[in-house]
Amino acid sequence: MTAFWNKLTISQKLAITAWLFLAIPLVFYITIRFYPTVEAFYVSTLKWNLLGAKKAIGFKNYIKIFADEDFWLVLWNTIKYALVGVPVSMVIAFFIAYWLNEIDFGHDMIRAMYFIPFLTTAVAMAWVWRWFYQPLPIGYFNIMLSWVGIPQQPFLKSVTQALYAIMAPAVWAGLGFQIVIFIAGIRAIPRSYFEAAEIDGAGRWQILREITLPALKPTIIFLTVVSTIGFLRIFDQVYTMSADSAGGPLNSTKPLVLMIYEFAFDEFRLGRASALTVILFLILLVVSLVQLWLMRKHK
Amino acid sequence: MKKWLKSALALAIGGTSLLWSGMVQAVEIEYWQYTYASRVEAIDKLIQNFEAANPGITVKHTHFPYADYRKKVAIAVSAGDGPDVVQLYYGWLNDYRDGGLIQPLSKSAFPHATIEKDFFPMVSTMKVDGDYWGLPTAVRSLALFWNEDLFAEAGLSGPPETLDEFVDYAKKLTKKDADGNYLTVGFAVDTDGQDHHWWREVLIRLHGGQPYSDDGKKVTYASDAGAKALKFLTDVEATHKVGANGFMNRGQDAFAAGKAGMVLDGSFRISKFVKQDGLNFAISELPGHNGKRFNFSSYWVNGISSKADGEKKAAAEKFLQYLTSDEAMQLWLDTVGELPAKPAVALVDANKTHPLYGPFIRGLGYANATAFISEKPQRQALIDAYDMVVLQGVDPAEALKKVAKDEQEVFDEFFDQ
Repeated sequence: MTAFWNKLTISQKLAITAWLFLAIPLVFYITIRFYPTVEAFYVSTLKWNLLGAKKAIGFKNYIKIFADEDFWLVLWNTIKYALVGVPVSMVIAFFIAYWLNEIDFGHDMIRAMYFIPFLTTAVAMAWVWRWFYQPLPIGYFNIMLSWVGIPQQPFLKSVTQALYAIMAPAVWAGLGFQIVIFIAGIRAIPRSYFEAAEIDGAGRWQILREITLPALKPTIIFLTVVSTIGFLRIFDQVYTMSADSAGGPLNSTKPLVLMIYEFAFDEFRLGRASALTVILFLILLVVSLVQLWLMRKHK
Repeated sequence: MKKWLKSALALAIGGTSLLWSGMVQAVEIEYWQYTYASRVEAIDKLIQNFEAANPGITVKHTHFPYADYRKKVAIAVSAGDGPDVVQLYYGWLNDYRDGGLIQPLSKSAFPHATIEKDFFPMVSTMKVDGDYWGLPTAVRSLALFWNEDLFAEAGLSGPPETLDEFVDYAKKLTKKDADGNYLTVGFAVDTDGQDHHWWREVLIRLHGGQPYSDDGKKVTYASDAGAKALKFLTDVEATHKVGANGFMNRGQDAFAAGKAGMVLDGSFRISKFVKQDGLNFAISELPGHNGKRFNFSSYWVNGISSKADGEKKAAAEKFLQYLTSDEAMQLWLDTVGELPAKPAVALVDANKTHPLYGPFIRGLGYANATAFISEKPQRQALIDAYDMVVLQGVDPAEALKKVAKDEQEVFDEFFDQ
């Protein structure tokens, strides 16, 4: 063995050592990540209730999913979470980060306060918000509305309001993370750029538009992709806040992940659930590829 | 042979045979159920009694959260592991039977004639292909909980006996502020709670229909009776304005807080309401209609898993016999608050006239158990139909047409297996 090792060139030794170290995460990824993913593709072609025999049915699960009008509603809900949630959370986070960066007094404490919701368990937080949305006489938001003479709102019990009512705590909880990343991004811009612009007589708005925002492009792309994936996978808030954990009323708040969960663990239709998982996987894959493409273009 | 050697040999032989006999007799079986404090307590007491009466058998009691229960049992038994005696929701029985996870009860240990004589008739749902696959210890039915203080305040002396009275009472019990917001609801309607059972097995039948075909394969509630039943329920919120679905989060919370005149629930809720300070409540049978009464019942059964054989099977049978004995049923009622599955235990005077359990026990006499294929999507059918009518103004008959189609798909997929 030693003789064999000694015969190798330095670059061969380096390669072998590198592969030995890489083998550990590789084995981990193959057994924990890739194998179940491939298995999901396989199960998506079966009719299987976890208990009985597996029955191969080809692409019937996919055909049934695409023919199901609830699927299209759920897919649209999922897109709405991302389409509205991402820009709203980004704008609010940037606004707070921008002004938080300007102030010195209590900066760390305020930043920590914004970050705390990010650390809180989503389920506990969602329960509290669920109570906030209750009708009078116990709902906090409706009590506040009644103070200013606005009639009480149904929030979680309305097919039009419920999705946004559930999105709000999700946006709120994610703000802390986005703010911290934005502040880091802003602080990474060399001070000299701002000083030069000020000497040239640029105003605050011009500096923001011409210097800060362009310099933050990588930060913005990163946060957009991360929070898009986050909103596309939203689950805890909907599961906790909707009545009977069903993404209601009338499926108006149900996202794809909850639909997968219901098929798999409430109805034990593992094939249908796996097919939906594959569809979600493909959506997330496209989002990630777009990210890579955008990053490459930036360079 | 020297004397000491003889005695040593004798001791060795005696010791070995003693050990051998001990090994033959000592059987350990496993019992699984889901975690629910009073059920865990009841089973522990029952195991203690059983082990005292059967010195050779020990029972290992395992329980875990409801959310994981069904898949864990399936995976463990499929892998040749897991329980010998297992507690199952009666609605899951078909799946477990098809999956070969449980075995039929032997006719010698559980003679059919005895089962049919001793248990409430609903036990027939457990008989498939000429065999019984499980037996219940306790059953559940529904009753009307009403707040005595609010009733007295509204000038009402007793519970409503008919659906018409029910609506009339709910109106008298409802209180609103100047803007029309509820302060107290007459009836705490809660479709996520027990109201879907009320609609399916009680209201539809009271209006002359039935929820499913006799063979349990077709959805039949998209009928005139179904629509009338749905209209009755949705009118509470939409027309009479005497309650709002999910007011104060859940019906049981509104009632516990003294903010609901009436709520419909199972006997397992008694323990919660009893502990509520300042809540004076009474329980009565569900209101009837046109001189008829119906109720809904459900139960959990105990079955023997396919894994148990030989001595373990014999021990499992003994344990199951004890779990379904009169003594166990009375203990279950006292500890968990669920009703005995045998008329001989349930219908004794002390239970029948019990102020809290009595109405539930009397209700068992005219109760139907739904043969669920998959409870969650089937419950969702009513939740969605209710929301369509109340939130979107859809006609009840139209709403039922839509949800019946969805539910029929669940049936078709199941029976197509």
